[in-house]
Amino acid sequence: MEKIGSVPTIKPKGPLWVNAEITYKCPLHCVFCYNPLDYASTFKSELSTDDWLKVFRQSRDLGAVQLGISGGEPLMRDDVEIMVSEASQMGYYVNLLTSGIGLTEKRISAFKEGGLGQIQLSFQDSTKELNDFLSSTKTFELKSKVAKLIKEHDYPMVLNVVLHRLNIDHMDQILEMAEAMGADHVELANSQYYAWALKNRSYLMPSEEQLRKAEETTNRFREKIGNKMKLYFIVPDYYANRPKACMNGWGSVFLNVAPDGLALPCHEARMLPGLTFPNVRDHDMEWIWNESPAFNAYRGESWMKEPCRSCDDRAKDFGGCRCQAFQLTGDATNTDPVCDKSEHHHIITEQVELAQKPQPPAADIKPIIFYRDDKNSKALIAENS
Amino acid sequence: MSDPILVKDRPLSLQKQFRFQWEPAQESYVLLYPEGLIKLPGSSGEIMKLIDGSKSVDEIIAYLEEQFPGVDLKNDVLDFLEHAYGKNWICTND
Repeated sequence: MEKIGSVPTIKPKGPLWVNAEITYKCPLHCVFCYNPLDYASTFKSELSTDDWLKVFRQSRDLGAVQLGISGGEPLMRDDVEIMVSEASQMGYYVNLLTSGIGLTEKRISAFKEGGLGQIQLSFQDSTKELNDFLSSTKTFELKSKVAKLIKEHDYPMVLNVVLHRLNIDHMDQILEMAEAMGADHVELANSQYYAWALKNRSYLMPSEEQLRKAEETTNRFREKIGNKMKLYFIVPDYYANRPKACMNGWGSVFLNVAPDGLALPCHEARMLPGLTFPNVRDHDMEWIWNESPAFNAYRGESWMKEPCRSCDDRAKDFGGCRCQAFQLTGDATNTDPVCDKSEHHHIITEQVELAQKPQPPAADIKPIIFYRDDKNSKALIAENS
Repeated sequence: MSDPILVKDRPLSLQKQFRFQWEPAQESYVLLYPEGLIKLPGSSGEIMKLIDGSKSVDEIIAYLEEQFPGVDLKNDVLDFLEHAYGKNWICTND
């Protein structure tokens, strides 16, 4: 029997997943990007190749097995080849998350030789016009070429399409495109509303009707195509009444390192006030993961308030997402307002109600949409300083 | 849908998106794949170790029977390989 009043000591296991955001530079300007709004502040303080290799080695020693190389657009850096081959030799399964821009024959051959396990290619939409509008560049044709390159080099073709109000009605074409490209896995993930996507939330959130139709289309397609292509459809958490088990719990399996060396328990945590996130330039990964106050801040249950503290689901969903709680309620220790037990749940339902109303067509709202680009990022930094 | 039949006389390979290795932190053999890890403890790891692109099901069983004389392991090995094949961890080469 546990003694009443005893404080459980939490011994975290090592991280399993390390996500290396090696740069926030990106040729695309996607309106749903989850990179921080002030990403432009990291340009001058990006980690060196050796810094990254040290992060990989120390995290591997802690038991990490999966390495994501992402960004921004990771291929904006010319040392990805070294990272891939070194990390692969350390025993990582290495994943490259890319828009495909900058993926040449020469580079993909080098990645293959270096032991890269998987390439995940992001796609904004099936139609050239909307793809270009949403990412604000002329990249659709290029991406189709890259998809071919990935197949030619015998990689599983993993497509990631971010869904939202403006493209979700194109599900038929999206899936046909995926099939034509020879995709093995297609992640149809609705945009999550953080950072740039939160800024553009009212333009991005689909209606219930749109979601229902898109899911039906996906199910029909799945029946038709069988095992050849695996489809994952992920609805926005705003439409749920229990929160997601964000990152499988704070500091539980996932470790994100930002371009400037900040170590974070998730992509978004940089925004949380009152926490000092450790930098890999100043500390080793063992200390960062096991000892740093930031990584311990929301481990376990002692930080929880009601209704989480006495909720039967607290070990299942960990109270949801700390960043969403902070973003929407102003306090990261509150219950994620997606939960209908939260006193702030009305914030979610109000947004969902708004999303049921008709919106102007994409072309008409073009000037209002907030593009993720360096100019906007720098303006937001100035605004907040 | 019926389960695919595992052909017993063709060489077996790991599916291309998997990586198989001993993982000290897990004290187990593991299969790594995009976004995940499958632990293969004990004999399952030892069987998986024999999948090298050249040995068939029959050859793997023959090899293990030679290693462990007198042990009736054929059905267990077959069960595991059929499970692995059904899960799409392994495939037969043409």
